[in-house]
Amino acid sequence: MAVALDKLSPDLREQRLREVEAAVARHRDKPGALLAVLKEVQGILGYLPEEALKKVSQGLELPLSQVYGVATFYTLFNTRPRGQHIIRLCESAPCHVQGAREVLEALKRELGIGPGEDTPDGKWSLELVSCIGVCGVAPAIMIDDQVYGNLTPDCIPGILASYR
Amino acid sequence: MSMVTLTIDGREVRAAKGATILEAARAAGINIPTLCYHPDQEVKAVCRICVVEVKGSRTLQAACAFPVAEGMVVNTQSPQVREARRTILELIVARHPLECLQCARNLNCELQTLAAQLGVREAPFARLEKQYVPDTSSPSLVRDPAKCVVCRRCVETCQQVQGVGVLFPINRGADTVVAPPFDHGLLDAVCAMCGQCSLACPTGAIVEQDHTRLVWQALGDPRKHVVVQTAPATRVTIGEEFGMPPGSIITGQLVAALRRLGFDRVFDTDFTADLTIMEEGHELIKRVKEGGRLPMFTSCSPGWIKFIEHFFPELLPNLSTCKSPQQMFGALTKTYYAEKQGIDPADIFVVSIMPCTAKKFEAGRPEMTDSGFADVDAVLTSRELGRMLREAGIDFASLPEEDYDLPLGISTGAAAIFGATGGVMEAALRTAYEVLTGRPLENLEITAVRGLDGIKEAAVEVNGLVVKAAVGHGLANAKKLCELVSRGQADYHFIEIMCCPGGCIGGGGQPIPTTNAIRQRRIDAIYQVDRDMPIRKSHENPVVRTLYEEFLGKPLGEKSHHLLHTHYVARQRYPG
Amino acid sequence: MRFYRAHVLVCAGTNCSLKGNRAVREALIREIEGKGLGEEVKVIETGCFGLCEQGPTIVIYPEGVLYCRATVEDVPELVDSHLLKGRRVERLLYREPTRPVAVQTVPELDYFKKQVRVVLRNCGIIDPDSIEEYIGQGGYTALAKALAMKPEEVIAQVKASGLRGRGGAGFPTGLKWEFGRKAPGGVKYVVCNADEGEPGTFKDRLILEGDPHAVLEAMAIAGWAIGANYGYIYIRGEYQLSIQRLERAIEQARRLGLLGQNIFNSGFNFDVEVRIGAGAYVCGEETALFESLEGKRGEPRIKPPYPTDVGLFGKPTVINNVETLANIPPIITRGAEWFRTLGTEKCPGTKVFTLTGDIVNEGLIEVPMGITLREVVYEIGGGIPNGHKFKMAQTGGTSGGCLPEALLDVPMDYDQLAAAGSALGSGALLIMDDTHCIVDVARCFARFFLHESCGQCIPCREGTLQLYHLVDGITRGTGTRQDLELIERLSRTMYVAPLCPLGQTAPLPIMTTLKYFKDEYLAHVDSRVCPTGTCRALATGHAAD
Ligand SMILES: Cc1cc2nc3c(=O)[nH]c(=O)nc-3n(C[C@H](O)[C@H](O)[C@H](O)COP(=O)(O)O)c2cc1C
Ligand code: SF4
Ligand code: SF4
Ligand code: SF4
Ligand code: FES
Ligand code: FES
Repeated sequence: MAVALDKLSPDLREQRLREVEAAVARHRDKPGALLAVLKEVQGILGYLPEEALKKVSQGLELPLSQVYGVATFYTLFNTRPRGQHIIRLCESAPCHVQGAREVLEALKRELGIGPGEDTPDGKWSLELVSCIGVCGVAPAIMIDDQVYGNLTPDCIPGILASYR
Repeated sequence: MSMVTLTIDGREVRAAKGATILEAARAAGINIPTLCYHPDQEVKAVCRICVVEVKGSRTLQAACAFPVAEGMVVNTQSPQVREARRTILELIVARHPLECLQCARNLNCELQTLAAQLGVREAPFARLEKQYVPDTSSPSLVRDPAKCVVCRRCVETCQQVQGVGVLFPINRGADTVVAPPFDHGLLDAVCAMCGQCSLACPTGAIVEQDHTRLVWQALGDPRKHVVVQTAPATRVTIGEEFGMPPGSIITGQLVAALRRLGFDRVFDTDFTADLTIMEEGHELIKRVKEGGRLPMFTSCSPGWIKFIEHFFPELLPNLSTCKSPQQMFGALTKTYYAEKQGIDPADIFVVSIMPCTAKKFEAGRPEMTDSGFADVDAVLTSRELGRMLREAGIDFASLPEEDYDLPLGISTGAAAIFGATGGVMEAALRTAYEVLTGRPLENLEITAVRGLDGIKEAAVEVNGLVVKAAVGHGLANAKKLCELVSRGQADYHFIEIMCCPGGCIGGGGQPIPTTNAIRQRRIDAIYQVDRDMPIRKSHENPVVRTLYEEFLGKPLGEKSHHLLHTHYVARQRYPG
Repeated sequence: MRFYRAHVLVCAGTNCSLKGNRAVREALIREIEGKGLGEEVKVIETGCFGLCEQGPTIVIYPEGVLYCRATVEDVPELVDSHLLKGRRVERLLYREPTRPVAVQTVPELDYFKKQVRVVLRNCGIIDPDSIEEYIGQGGYTALAKALAMKPEEVIAQVKASGLRGRGGAGFPTGLKWEFGRKAPGGVKYVVCNADEGEPGTFKDRLILEGDPHAVLEAMAIAGWAIGANYGYIYIRGEYQLSIQRLERAIEQARRLGLLGQNIFNSGFNFDVEVRIGAGAYVCGEETALFESLEGKRGEPRIKPPYPTDVGLFGKPTVINNVETLANIPPIITRGAEWFRTLGTEKCPGTKVFTLTGDIVNEGLIEVPMGITLREVVYEIGGGIPNGHKFKMAQTGGTSGGCLPEALLDVPMDYDQLAAAGSALGSGALLIMDDTHCIVDVARCFARFFLHESCGQCIPCREGTLQLYHLVDGITRGTGTRQDLELIERLSRTMYVAPLCPLGQTAPLPIMTTLKYFKDEYLAHVDSRVCPTGTCRALATGHAAD
């Protein structure tokens, strides 16, 4: 998913950057489109590399610094390539008191990485996030767009295995 | 204007409707401490040092932002307010490096002053210092985010005033840092090197690259013939480094001080400012007569040059090819002067006293070596010179007034006003009119191009041709003019651009504070300097005439072309 | 419309989706078709019933029989027994912890008995993807009625209802609309705040998943009232299902002319656009939300000016929470008088609460304002599971205060909870039993604010950092009594000095835990003991034993 832009073949890279340009063009006339554009660009490239943000900056006529400042404000944006799947573990109080700590430990054990890190094989990234609004089934995690709730440490190996 | 009455600290105060509590209090002589507040900027209300109690409000309110209202009751000194202010300050200090003694802003730092004023004596919070590596990539400035209090003044300056937008808040929460994007150093960014951010900064998070050591070394080297030039604007600002009021004219003391520091010759950039008028004036006439690219932009402001190279490379042919006065001075010193004095140019060390940080970048440009040597060897800002003079123990205010050395110390009033926005234009028009018409100009003072308005226009009739001129200062205004030119909507012949608001008297290397009110007083002073000069037109400078006779031949001649003109580099809009 | 003998409602809320509701629903359809009941029985996907803990839940009408924790394997029996033979499947009926007998139908449940469904009137009843079903329940009649009224009359009605904003601040909605109407300016906006980031809160998501049209209808009414022709729904990026449902609902409403040009031939134009957040709690704060919607960093603005004067894109803007808006259609159709029969004098109406933590019935409830915490915890929530004891309840989410057992009888509305040193906030209720350490959970609160401070103003940016550091130190066994004093001093400043309410409320949970559970803090700092054994760096057991 998130392969560093400079590791792509030149052709593919050009193609992706053209897709980025097209995404910018689609939103150009909407007021306040930056977040929507960044979301699309991240959808295309898996992250927000400098080259792509330059295109955004040019297309929307915003300083690159501002585009970067916005991208780094929000937790759903990444300015560096992350793992193929991003696991977001909710660390807010309702999940915490229902056992998020133990789930985190299971994740660390299984993946061999801590929060904010990526597995060396590029498959997984682990993030701690605030409440994701599914506290009715706490403790919960999101893997990419999919939510898993009512977790116990025992659930983790099975869930991870389903991504192999 | 409708007024309201409110009570501040038990005193009845009248204030204009729409004023802030801070404004009302200050007008009434009640001092509320501030940190993120800047008189020329939008209110940010992020430091919260200025919080006060407003009756009826559960929370405290930021005095710098909160509007007054009829019957409002404000307390600026309650125990709750004092505790909050002190706690906030202690929070800042807990993450601020304790390096005041080594800091360029020592004794002129708003944070330090506040800590002293509010009596911060304890350090109750854990020292969770920010781990940042200072950015020393730029030849002009050093950025140390560890000292940044994230007040965002530089952000507004860089983005709104200068239209550059290199600096922006990055990340969020406790990780927020003001920096260029993607970990770039300022050198790799589109930074104009103008240093306006360093004027805006309340702390030592952005300061000039220090050349004082380099200069001390040269001064201490007996083999070196050390020559100094002083920029037009510095004669009305350096006094502020010694507590003199803004607008003090200190030309004579400046010369005396530099002699006492040990410079072998004290010359004046004003001399080459006059020369610039001759060269640039003739260039303009040539473009008009021969159908060259118009409008022609002035080229004496290196921050502006860096800016146009990045942002409007397509307009580079519109730039005058003249080097800036600083560089012309260096090139002539290492050729004409060296020849005249019989000194090996390799032994000459040229120091400039400049209002400007971009001049440091300019001096290091590879193009600026036409004499076979670097035209200029070291650039000191007004602030650095202030530091050297203090180190030397020179009591500036009590110095006698002395004169510049000959020959490169002779100049005119036209050169002096280079220091203020509109000055180059005014000087050029004085000369162009007389040279082209052969008639003396009746009124020398072209006031339409003076003052702090962002963009000014003037039209002067010369031999039947109406010369249309525009003047912009601050790069955001430059950007507007460039856009007009790009779109073909600017029917000007000549456009003066100064990178810094107010021109060089408001340059990024000038004493701190530099505010618009202070800029105005410096401008007033520089026009006083002009009025006091015996000669006020560049083409009447006798030494410039001699120079053409003895050395250069004629304006735009072959030697001029080689030594006094340059070319530009189209740079990328973005790094990488 | 076709007549069906029975309707089988399967909850399709996110919580139940996590428990395999889709497979159950598909199995039901297959089984019903297989048994030849396709013409008589309709399977409907609905929004959340609120009983998330018991999911996937199925309700079979007309009787309203409630089945819980149904699996694909249970489906043949359900269809065969209930739908063919008319016999209930005892083992799948909901059992309330307080009663040994299985509950048969929805109205019988304790869980529902104290509840009044105004906001959630359609949730779990209609198919949220069908505008026809919404209209079938009387949807869009409020808009029709409002458009026949003068905008001032609509505002008067909302004012008279006494409705207060459900986003947390409790500002009177009618008054806000009046400010919006009176603000000079041609272009105005209506914004729906669906950013819902307060930990423990998921009501807005379930409303949007279960009844998206209610929000659209209310936004159009607000638009008419204040003179706006365009609305934005700002919704957090994590709420995929809500986003889909909203997009679909908007399309449907446009198709039927309920959004767009000349609605109900009134000459009134109104359209709505969904904008998606990117992960920042602070963007729920209204002015930060505007910044974010404008494509900027979500940093709160200085107030005044207030949004009704200078809001989105600098224009007068009325911003309301999802739940606030969901109250509007019934207020318009049934009148302010009716609304005032619910709740308290100063806070009429109902409130949706989300119950989380150590409580039997985790999930969503809607009750009249003024109900006590005790009623919610024990009568609706089913009490504390596993035989543990109640320790504290945090009202209003992580930015609310923590209340001990002694305060369980406080009536819950904006004013009375504030008087008790806490807040009603978003309606999140976190219940914690006596196996959890108060300092450990305080550390969790502090961490949330450290993570979510926008970083703009100094007391919040630096204060949240130091507060976390201090509380964390106590859980690690390095805390001292001076640290407790420092926490108190820092909290006092943070409570009053930051730019926006995020920073101003950040110390509230810490201050209240320190106030009500001081002994437990002291055990940590004096004796290096964590009484519950949660803090692993410390000894377990009881202080001073
Ligand atoms: C930090 C912070 C987060 C907030 N988050 C939300 C939120 O997620 N949803 C919401 O409706 N209001 C939220 N609010 C309240 C809004 O600022 C605003 O008061 C509300 O949207 C107004 O709508 P109402 O009057 O209908 O309640 C938040 C406020 C703060 C200070
Ligand atoms: S030197 Fe000028 S252009 Fe560079 S960062 Fe500072 S203000 Fe911006
Ligand atoms: S660098 Fe200076 S001016 Fe800029 S934000 Fe930091 S402290 Fe403020
Ligand atoms: S209180 Fe916190 S969230 Fe609010 S503006 Fe200040 S730093 Fe940002
Ligand atoms: S607290 Fe974890 S999802 Fe809400
Ligand atoms: S000076 Fe008012 S908040 Fe900074």
